[in-house]
Amino acid sequence: MAGIWVFAETVDGTPAPVVLELLTKARSLGDTTAIALGPGASKAAQTFGKYGTKRVYVHEDPAFRDVLATPAVDLLARLIEKDQPDLVIFGMTYDGRDVASRLSARLGTALIANATDVAGKNGGWAIVSPMFGGSLMVTTVPRAKAPTLILIRPKAITAEPAASAGAPQVETLTDPVDTSKPVARVLRREVEKASGPKLEDAAVIVSGGRGLGAPENFKMLDELAAELGAAVGASRAVVDAGWKPYSFQIGQTGKTVKPTVYIALGISGAMQHTVGMKGAKTIIAINKDPEAPIFKLADLGVIGDVHKIVPQLIQEVRSRKGK
Amino acid sequence: MNVLVCVKQIPDPSAPGKLDPQTKRLVREGVDLVLDPGDEHAVEAGLQLVEKDGGEATVISMGPPKALEAIRRALAMGAHRGILVTDPALENSDALSTARAIAGAIKGQTYDLIICGTESTDGSSGAVPAQLAELLGLPLLSFAKKLEVSDGKAVIDRQTDEGYDVVEAALPAIVTVTGGINEARYPALRGIMQAKNKEVKQVGLSDIGLAGQAGTAALTQEVVEATPAEARKAGEVVEDKGEGAKRVADFLKELKVI
Repeated sequence: MAGIWVFAETVDGTPAPVVLELLTKARSLGDTTAIALGPGASKAAQTFGKYGTKRVYVHEDPAFRDVLATPAVDLLARLIEKDQPDLVIFGMTYDGRDVASRLSARLGTALIANATDVAGKNGGWAIVSPMFGGSLMVTTVPRAKAPTLILIRPKAITAEPAASAGAPQVETLTDPVDTSKPVARVLRREVEKASGPKLEDAAVIVSGGRGLGAPENFKMLDELAAELGAAVGASRAVVDAGWKPYSFQIGQTGKTVKPTVYIALGISGAMQHTVGMKGAKTIIAINKDPEAPIFKLADLGVIGDVHKIVPQLIQEVRSRKGK
Repeated sequence: MNVLVCVKQIPDPSAPGKLDPQTKRLVREGVDLVLDPGDEHAVEAGLQLVEKDGGEATVISMGPPKALEAIRRALAMGAHRGILVTDPALENSDALSTARAIAGAIKGQTYDLIICGTESTDGSSGAVPAQLAELLGLPLLSFAKKLEVSDGKAVIDRQTDEGYDVVEAALPAIVTVTGGINEARYPALRGIMQAKNKEVKQVGLSDIGLAGQAGTAALTQEVVEATPAEARKAGEVVEDKGEGAKRVADFLKELKVI
């Protein structure tokens, strides 16, 4: 059976949500091994087992948490040489991108980014990824030696526990981590808290773009979101302009979301934004530009001025809720 | 302080991109080609550093001879000189091949910092900077929304899902910058005139010792199929004549959001 590895990112022993999605896909392709690195990583092993993982490599050295990419690349390269897996799957996350890209250069193997699906095909692999903001789906096949490295976008796969699962075999590694060469070291972490539900989990998202005109106009989005129990998101233009913290960003660089309802306010619908929200079940857009590409995606589009319509909408919502 | 900035020429992102149905490659003919807007921020970051500390900013690109125009744009912004890696054998390059070609051109240069955008706006794989870091044996400071260089070290604010991490590396290092790091300057007429006389070195694969090791000869992957994605069912678009908010609220009620 094919050896399918998953780079299983954890934070203090809790798997990143994308990891369970990757494990769900991986077990349909072959025997799954999860590689979990950093303090507390062993705590996640049982969860990986529930998602059909047969084997877990664990290394709990703090360097995996405190140094970007290089310790993980060194270890993965060693383990890959020893076990020779067929595929190594990563989440398209900040760390996943850095580790997978470096590793591909180290090994001289294929790296396929932005993937939404992977399947076995003619004894090899076929990887599907969206292009041009998701208007085109391309299928890529690797032409280099194994393993093929694949970066899968969060929310592309629905995580499901395995029907039958046992406890995985856990191999705890303790070999020393070499940080004598030049590295990028994390000095401290800053968390920018948002009120309300998390963007990644929210059923309803109210998202704002440059069309809002000024940062203070996000207040009406916050108000609308509070009425709807929604999370607030933003386009790249908005976070780049400093109107909202980067943790609000939805799109290519930023978060991928899949809410039931996505309300885009003053967002034109540039490719790099739509790739992060196209999976929403229902899309509502308000924009003054009738040519805005967002209207091609919207189930309901209103051509008009967000500054006028959003305050009215807040009132309409309140009156319908009987306030 | 010498800075290298990696840039890419791409089809104008405001026009929808196209793939050639035969070759499955990006159509570059008959479309406007521009310096990737993300790379303008990388050029700006480099210029700010050399303006403060002295030294030179060199712009590097890999692409067809036409990519010279993207380098000229960066020179017009104020960069000092350019290097274009161009070779017919590179025509079909994937990310790793691109990184090898750029790394080959960088070897032999003296630099303290290499700056790239986080990803190209057309391909968006974002793999080249980290591959370059690996090939050159340098630390990578990625997704920087703030960059400070002093005492032989670079410190960045690195974008994360929860906020940002403050990350440090000794020089030489590679940094990738997000658009939020600065407001890229617009080239002045004087800059555009001066750019015409600035040196741009063109090198081929054999000049950098990579003949047969990059481009088509070293392809790691191939696009075999490209199909239009299932389009979302066309929705209803209405013009607001005072009833827009009511229409949205009705729809939200229908969807049981309220």
